[in-house]
Amino acid sequence: MSMLYDAQRAMRAKRQEAMRRGVIAILDIGSHKIACLVLRFDSADNFRPAEGVGAMAGQSSFRVIGAATTRSRGVRFGEIDAVQETERAIRTAVQAAQKMANARVDHVIVSFAGARPRSYGLVGEVSLQTGTVTEHDVARVLAACDMPDVGEGREVVHAQPVNFALDHRTGLSDPRGHVGNRLSTDMHLLTIDAHAIETLLHCVKRCDLELAGVASSPYVAGVSSLVEDEQELGAACIDMGGGSTSLSIFIKKHMIFADTVRMGGDHVTSDISQGLQIPMQDAERIKTRFGGVMATGIDDREIIELESDTGDWHHDRRTISRAELIGVMRPRVEEILEEVRARLDAAGFDHLPSQRIVLTGGASQLPGLDGLASRILGNQVRLGRPLRVQGLPQSACGPSFAACVGLSLFAAYPQDEWWDFEVPADRYPARSLKRAVKWFRDNW
Amino acid sequence: MRSLIGSRRTAPGHRDPAPSRWAYRMQRLWLTPLFRKLLRVGLPAFAVVMTVGWYLAEDGNVQALVDGASEMRREIENRPEFQVNLLGIEGASQPVADAIRTRLSLNLPISSFDLDLAEMRTTIEGISAVASADLRIQSGGYLAVTVDERLPALIWQTRDGAALLDDEGVFVAWLSERVLEAPLPLVAGEGADHVVGEALDLFVAAAPLGERLRGLVRMGERRWDVVLRDDRRILLPEVGAMAALDRIIMLDELQELLSRDVTRIDLRNPERLSVQLTPVALEEFRRLRTLSMQGEEQNG
Repeated sequence: MSMLYDAQRAMRAKRQEAMRRGVIAILDIGSHKIACLVLRFDSADNFRPAEGVGAMAGQSSFRVIGAATTRSRGVRFGEIDAVQETERAIRTAVQAAQKMANARVDHVIVSFAGARPRSYGLVGEVSLQTGTVTEHDVARVLAACDMPDVGEGREVVHAQPVNFALDHRTGLSDPRGHVGNRLSTDMHLLTIDAHAIETLLHCVKRCDLELAGVASSPYVAGVSSLVEDEQELGAACIDMGGGSTSLSIFIKKHMIFADTVRMGGDHVTSDISQGLQIPMQDAERIKTRFGGVMATGIDDREIIELESDTGDWHHDRRTISRAELIGVMRPRVEEILEEVRARLDAAGFDHLPSQRIVLTGGASQLPGLDGLASRILGNQVRLGRPLRVQGLPQSACGPSFAACVGLSLFAAYPQDEWWDFEVPADRYPARSLKRAVKWFRDNW
Repeated sequence: MRSLIGSRRTAPGHRDPAPSRWAYRMQRLWLTPLFRKLLRVGLPAFAVVMTVGWYLAEDGNVQALVDGASEMRREIENRPEFQVNLLGIEGASQPVADAIRTRLSLNLPISSFDLDLAEMRTTIEGISAVASADLRIQSGGYLAVTVDERLPALIWQTRDGAALLDDEGVFVAWLSERVLEAPLPLVAGEGADHVVGEALDLFVAAAPLGERLRGLVRMGERRWDVVLRDDRRILLPEVGAMAALDRIIMLDELQELLSRDVTRIDLRNPERLSVQLTPVALEEFRRLRTLSMQGEEQNG
């Protein structure tokens, strides 16, 4: 556990250094595109959160000064597959963003969807030494959570305390200052495959950048796409990307579950390509231009020409109706949504007080998707777009940039995590010395 | 498996948008503020300094530079606008003007940059007949020297010869060098040049003596003798010489003292005026006195 502490704390220290320097880069590595934003932080006292304003309002303290997107290469299912290709794509995006920002960035915060995230719920409980809960007690109760067996080759990316309970009162977001006897906490732990982080680290290092933080894509997409009451009352954010569809469940402004379905928009494209026997590029173009999931009568009359250049007259002049295209696409979309449904059911989403579902991500722009999703996932489905942040170009405001925007917010207002609290002093051997000094000072 | 290497280049129409690793690094380096400043300010400055330093490192180049600069300066100095063609001397008599010309020994025309007016002024003022000089270069290449000449006020007879002194006692010229426009009073004796003012006052006071006055002699560097014709002398006291002289003149007017047979009138002691008679007068005086004594005896 101490190794985990060290790695995460090193990244946190780098992030703080980047904040001091004022410039940090955001990198969203997706299967379809790699997006890079360069953020400039104003001075810290420029923005003072008002009373009752949550962390979501933190976007005013930074400004996007550079944004660039490039087609992703070498990323499959949201994880890095071909290291060198990915590195080149990262370099393209970072260079373009730097050029736009006219500033050099050294620190980068990365999010990605894949690497098989797995959620764990942890419980810790301690009895308080004094009646009042102090920060030291919070650190102790976090340390008292026993680490589950996450398995070989897994790494923790998020470990967030989501709830504190003091005696029989639960639902405390900040227990400090409360009086009680027993303090317990619920913690959400998210692990991913360790090799994904190692590959990522390698790629980032090859680009002369320093990794200042890693975030899970479903988490940051939820941060940017869910509005405040949805985060508070409970909602699921489904980020439909190119290679994977990730989902996260929020309640009381904390993520309590995250998972990934390893299917996305690229699979729909490949279905079109296979079904209609056209190249992937043409399939992608037809999908974005004519695609849909709900066929109506008029779609039978809308003819799509499948142009190609093989030399075969009949093959080059094929046409299909839009209804046929929808017929190809819909089963795959249904399959994705049903898989999401299964994951939500497994997570116990039914038991949440509010069952709002927000669809975001690039693949959520399919026309008619909200109608199809409400049949499968329940009727509280809406399409989500990320929050507006200052300086973000219009082209980067769509739902496909939900993770990017969320990562910016995450960089500006990071959630308290396990490693943000001091290691309890009784784990240190220096404790005895400190106690001796204290005794000396008290008695003399 | 397709070949991994070289496939990018062979595939037509698929240009890789990714920058090469070095291009990426160069761009990042270029975006570094310090590097940027160094390259845009530091490098040109360094190049300039190095070029100048390399050029100056060779002695010949330095010499050529210095020569070129002096040549250019020479050309500017020799322009006709800066030439001095004429030397004009005002306020000086002909011999003094000649002396000034000789002393300056300018070979005209000459550039005004080569003239050191302050030094020339010192030179001119070094001539004893010149009290002060004022030099200025006027337009048209005219060097105007305005001289305030010392005017001889009296003649000082010394063993070396007769010198002309001005009213401050400064040597002007030898008497033999000048032709005097008017007769000047004559003084003699050592230290007479230090008290020229007093001597001139005495000459003014002695004006009633007229032709009889020959001159003044400084005695022992402390008092004056008035020398009259026939080698008669009036010995003036050290203090109050003027009053004593006035007294003699008064006596002369009343009693015609100086017309009598006296060789010396001694006023050194103001309490007691003593007169030295000529031997003939002394004899006459004694005879008269004897006669008067005899008369008294007869009368008595």
